[in-house]
Amino acid sequence: MELFNSESKKIVSDPINVNNPISLQVLGICSALAVTIRLDQAIIMTLAVVFVLCSSNVILSLIRNYIPTRVRIVIMLSVIASLVSVVDELLKAYLYDMSKQLSVFVGLIITNCIIMGRAEAFALKHGPSKAFLDGLGNSMGYGLIIIIVSFFRELFGAGTITLPDGGAGYVLWRIPESWYAAGYENIGLLVLSPGAFIILGLVIWIQREFAGVEEDA
Amino acid sequence: MTGVEHYLSIFTKAVFIENIVLAYFLGLCSFLAISKKIDASVGIGLAVIVVLTITAPINWFLWEFLLDKGALVWISQDFKDTDLGFLKLIVFISVIAAMVQLVEMFMERFSQSLYNSLGIFLPLIAVNCSILGGSLFMVEREYTISETVVYGFGSGVGFFLAIVALASIRYRIRYSNIPPRLRGVGMAMLLTGLLSMAFMAFSGIDL
Repeated sequence: MELFNSESKKIVSDPINVNNPISLQVLGICSALAVTIRLDQAIIMTLAVVFVLCSSNVILSLIRNYIPTRVRIVIMLSVIASLVSVVDELLKAYLYDMSKQLSVFVGLIITNCIIMGRAEAFALKHGPSKAFLDGLGNSMGYGLIIIIVSFFRELFGAGTITLPDGGAGYVLWRIPESWYAAGYENIGLLVLSPGAFIILGLVIWIQREFAGVEEDA
Repeated sequence: MTGVEHYLSIFTKAVFIENIVLAYFLGLCSFLAISKKIDASVGIGLAVIVVLTITAPINWFLWEFLLDKGALVWISQDFKDTDLGFLKLIVFISVIAAMVQLVEMFMERFSQSLYNSLGIFLPLIAVNCSILGGSLFMVEREYTISETVVYGFGSGVGFFLAIVALASIRYRIRYSNIPPRLRGVGMAMLLTGLLSMAFMAFSGIDL
């Protein structure tokens, strides 16, 4: 199979745009919000999800013909849990500060519905290369949303933009003191949990306007 | 702070101040999907209370006597440097999946009416982040066994309260004129934001 024909491109680009896992399929919101206080946390979390989702999709797709249907959930959970443990240990070893900040939310990638959902809906029905592309597309779609949400939360809530580095994060830009002197104020609410819900609600609204999707009720 | 007072403060914290849904964003998938109907919300809320109260203490025992660093000394002193902590995710999720199955079978046998009302929601709970989150927080905060029971029960009650509240609000605004693209999840997120803001008022309570 060619890797770059239009069908593969569609598998990758659809979940980023018109079939986004968070805003349209409504999967994986749990962890999407908790890690959006700062941009660097969101970026690291995205990388973790890209790794777990792509590998779990490929592994499950490779063994899909040997999995008995009745016990597939247990098998999926154990594959995903092993991969997440690998990520957790890697973060602890190389990015200790970050793993402390993300605390339990790395472990909670296991119960992230995107991963189970894509395994069930796609990986168990398609070959490994397509499953890999689907994993890539969906995790990037997830990453896009949490990076947008965390960008706004950090910029307007704390007045900084932080990129990940080995330690506590590299501050790329900070709102200058002169702005504060001129009367600008950070919106403290955005750093707290209600801010995350409201910003994600607005992002979902905007994305659905572009994708042209409506839901009844 | 001693005795009952201490446990009351853990309970109040878990229900109101650090509500597992509204402050820690756990269990949002089922929270958003099921809060369309009030009776279904009550069902899953009760199921979460039951499963959390059972799984958190079980995972506490496994953590304390099997996984934590030096936890195996009850077998032999040779194991005092053994650290099986990296296995915690796999062990916890298996315990949760198995417990959900057991609770389901137990209910089917002994309480048919409860089984009928919770039936379809029980399997869903295995992948509800609030259950795994409860166990992971229990490890991170180094609770004792009795604190864990209170914390697990309190978190379940918190989930119950939040989902029933959201379901009631969504029921009330059924006929409101919401912009079409905001309907459903978008509006539910905004409502949850407001609800979470209301719950933040509890953080003023000093415990």
